[in-house]
Amino acid sequence: MDTVILLTLTGLGLAALYFLVASGLSLVFGLADVLNFAHGLFLGVGAYGTWWAAGNLPGAGSDGFGFVVAVAFGVAAGTLVAVLVELVLIRPLYSRTIEQVLVTVGLSLAGVALLQATWGADARPFPRPEWTRQVTSILGAQVPNGGLLLIVAASLVLGAILAFLRWTRYGLIIRAGVENREMVTALGIDVRKAFTLVFAIGGAAAALAGALGSVYFGTVSPQQGGSLLIFAFIVVVIGGMGSVVGSAYAAVAVGLLQQFVNYYGTSGLGDICVVALLAVVLLLRPQGIAGKVATA
Amino acid sequence: MTEVKSPEVPAPPAAVPDELTPGDGRLHRIRPFLPLAVLAVALILPYSTLHLPGIFEGALNSPGTLQLLAVCLVFGGLAAGYDLLFGRTGMLSFGHALYFAAGVYGTDILITRAGLPLWQAAPLAIVGGAILAGLLGAVALRTVGIAFAMVTLAFAQVGAILVARDFGGLTGGEEGLPLDVTGLPDALVGVTNTVNLYWLALAYLVVVVFVVHRVSGSPTGRVLAGLRDDERRIGVLGLDPYRFKLVAFTLAGGLAAAGGAVYCLIVGGASPHITSSELTLSLLVMVVLGGPGTRWGPVLGGILYMYLDHRLVSFGSSDAVDALPAFLSRPLSQPLFVLGTVFILAVYFFPGGLASLAPRLSLLRNSLRLPTRRER
Repeated sequence: MDTVILLTLTGLGLAALYFLVASGLSLVFGLADVLNFAHGLFLGVGAYGTWWAAGNLPGAGSDGFGFVVAVAFGVAAGTLVAVLVELVLIRPLYSRTIEQVLVTVGLSLAGVALLQATWGADARPFPRPEWTRQVTSILGAQVPNGGLLLIVAASLVLGAILAFLRWTRYGLIIRAGVENREMVTALGIDVRKAFTLVFAIGGAAAALAGALGSVYFGTVSPQQGGSLLIFAFIVVVIGGMGSVVGSAYAAVAVGLLQQFVNYYGTSGLGDICVVALLAVVLLLRPQGIAGKVATA
Repeated sequence: MTEVKSPEVPAPPAAVPDELTPGDGRLHRIRPFLPLAVLAVALILPYSTLHLPGIFEGALNSPGTLQLLAVCLVFGGLAAGYDLLFGRTGMLSFGHALYFAAGVYGTDILITRAGLPLWQAAPLAIVGGAILAGLLGAVALRTVGIAFAMVTLAFAQVGAILVARDFGGLTGGEEGLPLDVTGLPDALVGVTNTVNLYWLALAYLVVVVFVVHRVSGSPTGRVLAGLRDDERRIGVLGLDPYRFKLVAFTLAGGLAAAGGAVYCLIVGGASPHITSSELTLSLLVMVVLGGPGTRWGPVLGGILYMYLDHRLVSFGSSDAVDALPAFLSRPLSQPLFVLGTVFILAVYFFPGGLASLAPRLSLLRNSLRLPTRRER
């Protein structure tokens, strides 16, 4: 029984990581039609920003309040990079979908290479608070605290994004823009401001995923974003593009499936089952669990 | 409906490519024979002992240089095959590495693990790669546009996982699988025979260029170009977009698998990094840098990209770069940083890639020349 609880909770931790990456991707895609390959870069910037801040920034550290400051610095760095990318690189290319994808592809190649050039290709130990290395006993299962931290953070982010979308004016514009961008523009609202905002939210969530994911894994490496990004893409497609709630459901399904099959089957089988799930969803319901029809 | 009927209404004459518009001077008359001349030069290249310091490490016919050239040629062919999807049909596939890897690992496993001779292993691997592309394409093509890109990416990821986790002990996992050369023909084994591998790579490139050229000139090719420009219209004409896209996808997969078989012989084995999504992304970069939808653009892009990818490493560790301050020399020592940056700049400033440079330059030349004529 405690194995099942442990697998459920670690699976939810994985799901939380996927959700943090996928929510931004999904919003960006739903509103701006940008498939953002550079999202892994935001994650890397968040992770390395936190890592750097914990060692070098005055007031920040690897424990207690200092760690919060370090994570905040990493998230701010990721958000800043995301906004800059949107303003400088993506904005001139709006409504040219393929070129946008190409630019983000180039950015992901160059950005990861830049991280690698600056801090080396090897994984580095990540400074993490002492309590995240320990485990908590829940119903007899020994659950690592890093995973619980991810679950809590992802739940907070999900709540915050939903509240923002529902009760603020910009949230209203974003929701309307996902439904029908032309109509929102026709009403005299500058949707492009919302694009920047969505990039900022996505970048912040991805940077948070980078920082907390590094806490969970204990190391930070330039390639971390790339492998997570592929599963985040799968989550976005299964969840339905442009739907945050759909991403959350899909992330939970993917995380749990992966964790359970990897434990009870051979290692690696879970990853394959996830892709099989993707194929099944596409065959039965091409628009995803809760989304508009996915077209370019 | 599998047979393609040529449309009853005569198609409007295809736009004359810029390379065929009458230019002036003697160069224009030689132009149609230029590819043949380049091919002839490429064929006799291994007989030259020329040293090109700075461009290649050794003499042109040294095994190291020939192997680098062979890899470049294979990737030129791969890029041309990928362009059949991206540039000519408008399908953005992020999983092309899978079919290339199927060719590499298929050939390698059939020879090394199953002990088949090369003449059986390579065709089996190529047919297998094409069938794989057909099956996966049949599922992936239910989506269009960006979703299609993500689905192909996911399928390719499964391939990468299968290879890396080494199910059944076939692939050798992270270490890769060196090719067992005992069963191979003597002409393809050993450092002294690198020249034969070079010719093999050249032959592969020629075959791919020929196939892509013939397909895009055929009625099917016109439908594919129509799909790229306006898919709904093809549907209105009574043609099934799904089937045509599947044909293009399968063909491109088969071509990639053939490239994989050649690559496996050149490199002498398989390593898991060829299954990564980075390889597909670099194919995309090659095609866009060269010029999507053009005959020679992707080939040039592929050759140039691979060449730079290899040579930038030694460029990055050269004295000239080391002398620069650290914030410049470190990024410059990463080939992917340089190539990624060049790629982004190309998307903004040279949307047609290398192939569009010649018309652009001639435009510039003409506009500069015009005033001087008036003065006379």
